[in-house]
Amino acid sequence: MNGARRRSKEWVITLPSLAWLGVFFVIPAALVVMTAFRPADLHGGVMSGWTWENIETLRDPAWLPIVWRTLWLSSVTTFACVVLALPMVFQMARSGPRMRQFLLLLVVIPFLSNFLIRIFAWKSLLHPEGMLTKLLVHLHLAPENALLLNNSGAVLLVMIYTQLPFAILPLYAASEKFDFQLLDAARDLGAGPWRSFTKVFAPGVRRGILSAVVMVFVCSLGQYVIPQFVGGASDEMLGNKIQQRVFADRNLPHASALAAVLMAVVLLPMLVVTAWQRFGRREDAA
Amino acid sequence: MKRSRFPALLTLGVVAFLFAPLIVLVVNSFNASRFGGEWDGFTWGWYEKLWEAEEVWESLAVTLKIALSASLASMLLGTLAAYALHCFRSWLQGLHSMLVTLPLVMPDILMGMSLLALFVITGVETGLLTIWIAHVTFCMSFVTMVVLGRLQDFDFTLLDAARDLGATRMQAVRKVMLPLLLPGVLAGGLLAFTLSVDDYVITFFVSGPGTTTLPLRVASMMRTSRSLPMINALSTILITATFLIATLSFRLQRRA
Repeated sequence: MNGARRRSKEWVITLPSLAWLGVFFVIPAALVVMTAFRPADLHGGVMSGWTWENIETLRDPAWLPIVWRTLWLSSVTTFACVVLALPMVFQMARSGPRMRQFLLLLVVIPFLSNFLIRIFAWKSLLHPEGMLTKLLVHLHLAPENALLLNNSGAVLLVMIYTQLPFAILPLYAASEKFDFQLLDAARDLGAGPWRSFTKVFAPGVRRGILSAVVMVFVCSLGQYVIPQFVGGASDEMLGNKIQQRVFADRNLPHASALAAVLMAVVLLPMLVVTAWQRFGRREDAA
Repeated sequence: MKRSRFPALLTLGVVAFLFAPLIVLVVNSFNASRFGGEWDGFTWGWYEKLWEAEEVWESLAVTLKIALSASLASMLLGTLAAYALHCFRSWLQGLHSMLVTLPLVMPDILMGMSLLALFVITGVETGLLTIWIAHVTFCMSFVTMVVLGRLQDFDFTLLDAARDLGATRMQAVRKVMLPLLLPGVLAGGLLAFTLSVDDYVITFFVSGPGTTTLPLRVASMMRTSRSLPMINALSTILITATFLIATLSFRLQRRA
């Protein structure tokens, strides 16, 4: 095939998905940033003209606790997910092929189960009349009128629960490429299990750790459904505010300003990672 | 060789943590007690109530309509995208690959919010069509990834062999390549289907009056305590369906 024909064939095959993503992914994201600088009308619409007003209101110090809460809930969730996922993936990779497939299926089923149903399951477990509360009270581990629901502990627990598969799956993919003979070598050289895990296995799957961290952190940043259903009034995250601005206040420009901030916070770690991976690849090649 | 038991024990713990809430849900769907704090005897009652709740089945119909059409469209777009990404190396594919990966890491709320902004500004009324567009957009990238994985295992010299044996280009593609790629495409389609059935956040942003999908219905049921035990029954049915689809998808991807 000559060059020109090959190029036109490439365009024909690429165009459908490229155009779809351009119209329904890139343009909408740009529109959000644009709308952040538009005045709102009282009927939930967007007016023409430009304004700094939406951005100005974000400088109110009342936003700081919400931004801070969003960041710390996401950070703790990310840390807990990676710490739980690493030894599990280590175990999966060392199991036989049938056991490995089975464990993978066990991770995928809760991952694919309806998100709301998983939240509902925890909501009914943590409910004052629910099983977990009754069990803890029965074992005298909690006071009679214990409230497990509507606090930041519940939000954190359910966030870790829903995000855990997002940490396990990329780590598992990375561990498939890891050479497990390195662990035998480490043991022969006198390293104990803990040392070979932290000094050989963890650095060996660092790309996987990186994608797990980004996946979980970024997904957590945009979370609002979990605080809405299992959190209290003081557990709201940035996402809750965006959702309220859109549906309760019907102020799309203000919601867009918040979404633009969130978008910037999300893109930042991804850019850092991309840069780091470029740099890392050069380092590997050297 | 002395191995630490810690990873195995932790794995057991994590699996228990992942499944305990789901198992409690399934057990409670047969529990006569309203809150499920204790066992009040076996009952089919919640399933009977669910059977009579017509609005739930209407939502299921809406959900299936969207999931089927969105997974078909994303299978088509995703397979083409994967083929382009696999066969060509150019600046265009660099851009293409970036655009395909970004939706995978974009938080749902931002995707919902930006599509809503698009529909509000262009004056498109939210409804079935807008939900379908949103679902195709986020499912497509997942299908692309699954098919791309499959293409990387595909031996392209088989096509040359078919041509040498006298097949036309179309015959080679239709009789050799498609059957070998089909399991990957189907697995991608199944993933898209489950993601579409599951989605709450994005759908919430782009849905309109009269287009209550199943997750939206579950969310509104969660707000009225009367219907809580019915959600247990509905969840049990959905978890069973997820289990069957996930197992099927695993079979498809393994049969190489």
